[in-house]
Amino acid sequence: MVTLNHYLILSAILFAIGTAGVFVRRNLITILLSIEIMLNAVNLTFVAFGRALGSADGQIIVFFVMTVAAAEAAVGLAIVISLFRHKESLNPDSFASLKW
Amino acid sequence: MLILIPLLPFLGFLLNASFGKRVSKAAAGAVACGAMVGSFAVSLAAVWQLVGLPHESRAIANQVFTWITSGDFTAAFTLRLDPLSSVMILVITGIGSLIHIYSTAYMHEESDSEYARYFSYLNLFAAFMLVLVLGSNFLVMFVGWEGVGLCSYLLIGFWYQKKSASDAGKKAFIVNRIGDFGFVLGVLLLFVRFGSVDFQEVARAASTLSPETAFGTVSWITLLLFVGATGKSAQIPLYIWLPDAMEGPTPVSALIHAATMVTAGVYMIGRNAVLFGHAPQTLAIVAVIGAATALMAGTIGLVQNDIKRVLAYSTVSQLGYMFLAMGVGAYGAGIFHLYTHAFFKALLFLGSGAVIHALAGEQDLRKMGGLKKDLPITYWTFLIGALAIAGVPGFAGFFSKDEILFRTYASGHTILWVVGLLTSLLTATYMFRLVFMAFHGPRAEQARPLPDGVGADLGPPSGHHAPPAAAGHAHGHGDHLHDAPPAMAFALVVLAVGSVVTGYAGLTTLLGGRDLFAHYLEPSFGAAPVEEVAQHGLEGTLMLVSIAAAVGGIGIAAYFFLKNRRAADQMAERFSGLRTLLVNKYYVDEIYDATVVQPIRIVSQEGLWKVVDVRLIDAAVNGVGETIAGSSERLRHIQTGSVRAYAASVFFGAVAILGYYLWQ
Repeated sequence: MVTLNHYLILSAILFAIGTAGVFVRRNLITILLSIEIMLNAVNLTFVAFGRALGSADGQIIVFFVMTVAAAEAAVGLAIVISLFRHKESLNPDSFASLKW
Repeated sequence: MLILIPLLPFLGFLLNASFGKRVSKAAAGAVACGAMVGSFAVSLAAVWQLVGLPHESRAIANQVFTWITSGDFTAAFTLRLDPLSSVMILVITGIGSLIHIYSTAYMHEESDSEYARYFSYLNLFAAFMLVLVLGSNFLVMFVGWEGVGLCSYLLIGFWYQKKSASDAGKKAFIVNRIGDFGFVLGVLLLFVRFGSVDFQEVARAASTLSPETAFGTVSWITLLLFVGATGKSAQIPLYIWLPDAMEGPTPVSALIHAATMVTAGVYMIGRNAVLFGHAPQTLAIVAVIGAATALMAGTIGLVQNDIKRVLAYSTVSQLGYMFLAMGVGAYGAGIFHLYTHAFFKALLFLGSGAVIHALAGEQDLRKMGGLKKDLPITYWTFLIGALAIAGVPGFAGFFSKDEILFRTYASGHTILWVVGLLTSLLTATYMFRLVFMAFHGPRAEQARPLPDGVGADLGPPSGHHAPPAAAGHAHGHGDHLHDAPPAMAFALVVLAVGSVVTGYAGLTTLLGGRDLFAHYLEPSFGAAPVEEVAQHGLEGTLMLVSIAAAVGGIGIAAYFFLKNRRAADQMAERFSGLRTLLVNKYYVDEIYDATVVQPIRIVSQEGLWKVVDVRLIDAAVNGVGETIAGSSERLRHIQTGSVRAYAASVFFGAVAILGYYLWQ
């Protein structure tokens, strides 16, 4: 029997994987992918809670998150392309000129 | 209807201040004079209505609006006309109108905009003074009280490009401020003690008390109020601004000395007669200060050579008389003297203005002489004014001054009476010294007419001795001086008539009168007793003594300055030490400079500026700035520019907050 706790644990694992990806990977596209994983981990939590509480709100919010995530991916990729054109690099550490 | 009385001059001020620059002198002058004459007409109508009421309940109140409401405390902007304020408004608007009319001629050489500025100030001055005397409580009075202070500053410093004039304006303002501070403290203490600032309520509350034998709260209240009066009415120790106020145009001096400003202090004491009556010790101080001021100013007036300064010291001296009267409880006599003095002092100032005008700005008595022939109108009216102020029987000053001296003696203040009598002698002497030096005797060589184009009194008097040969007289009079123009002559003649007839309003029973003036004022002084002193024998004797003093004073002046000018010089030489002391006005200005002005300067410069301001206030402000700049210098390194570092800080921050709530 799959309980709410199972979903939450899976979601936490996915979120941790995503976070780790954001921190350790040196490729902007991979980082974007990791962010997508984090978003989906949150989506999973919403859906799980929605089912456990017998409410449709969780699913509705997930639709919104997916829409925003799609838009975010489009904007993010566009920025990545423009950054690459600028510096011929996808390493986030090479874009650190906006500092003190 | 009462509101119209101060409102008309105020509207005149607004009109001239807003549009005066764009209209002709005739229009500006007409607006100002019209406002004053209109106000005079309304005053007459109001007083007529007042007189129609039964004697005991003579008062007309007019609440304009409720000004302050706070808890139990309410102060309404209420104007109240009673016998005392009716005398004041007639003096202010009546004499004020004459001074306005006179000014249209006197100030004619000013440019259009200056002319309008002058008249707007003049109107404002009258408006504030009317608010002062019509106010039914201390707060409304204070509005007028401060307003006349402001206007005196503006008018004394009217020729602000002249350093001495702007200094004199500032001096008047600052010295008045010191007095006003006392006045404010007095009003606050009064409010704490009686819970009201309304004149009538305070009088009612005070009349239930018994007169203070020790120096208690009421004495403090009245003493503080009197400090305010010494500032406004130029008494020791705050009289120093008035002689310097001569820097203003001459009609302004007439206005300040006769109709407005200096009478405020006397009026204020009269208005609070009941309160002062319950503080005998304060009254004694008032009487002594009044007598001392009268004598001191009289002696200084004896040796001054500036025609206006002589008159200024005579005003200080006459105000001393009024305070003497107030101090011995003869409120009616004090106000009576205020009223007659307004006529002859306005007359004397306007007369001296006519002399100055004719001589194109000359104010030094030593450079005048023999003007009698050339300026007949000025001479005769001035002579009437001088006779009135000297106290010669038949003229206004005699009745009021004699009344004060008699009341002083009758109340048992023999020493003050002697001082008053001596001052009376001095008054006659210095006034006739002035008359003889200016109008009689040989014409001084320098006293030549000068082109009219130069503004009267503009610039220091010495600047006007252009060589006579260069005097291409504008009107082609040659060596002949021109007497007062019609507008000026009109004011002089009306005031001269006033200086004779006004005294008869207060004719004592001894001389067949009915003491009408004092009787009329009785309701205003409330419980303050105006007991009929039925000592006609004594009154007659004292009257003869004061007549002797007046005639003796004139005689002394005639001997020294008419018959034997050399004797005067010899006297001056023999008492050269005393003379130097008097010429330097007892060194009071110098003493104040050394004891007050310089210490304040030094403390301000060396202490407040260089220590408190620079080392404390500036240091604190700069210190805050430096601390922020220094810490920012270190903190800004947190902004590394690395996006993942920011992400890490967000992440760890979220973890920390979450952890805090989980382990709480």
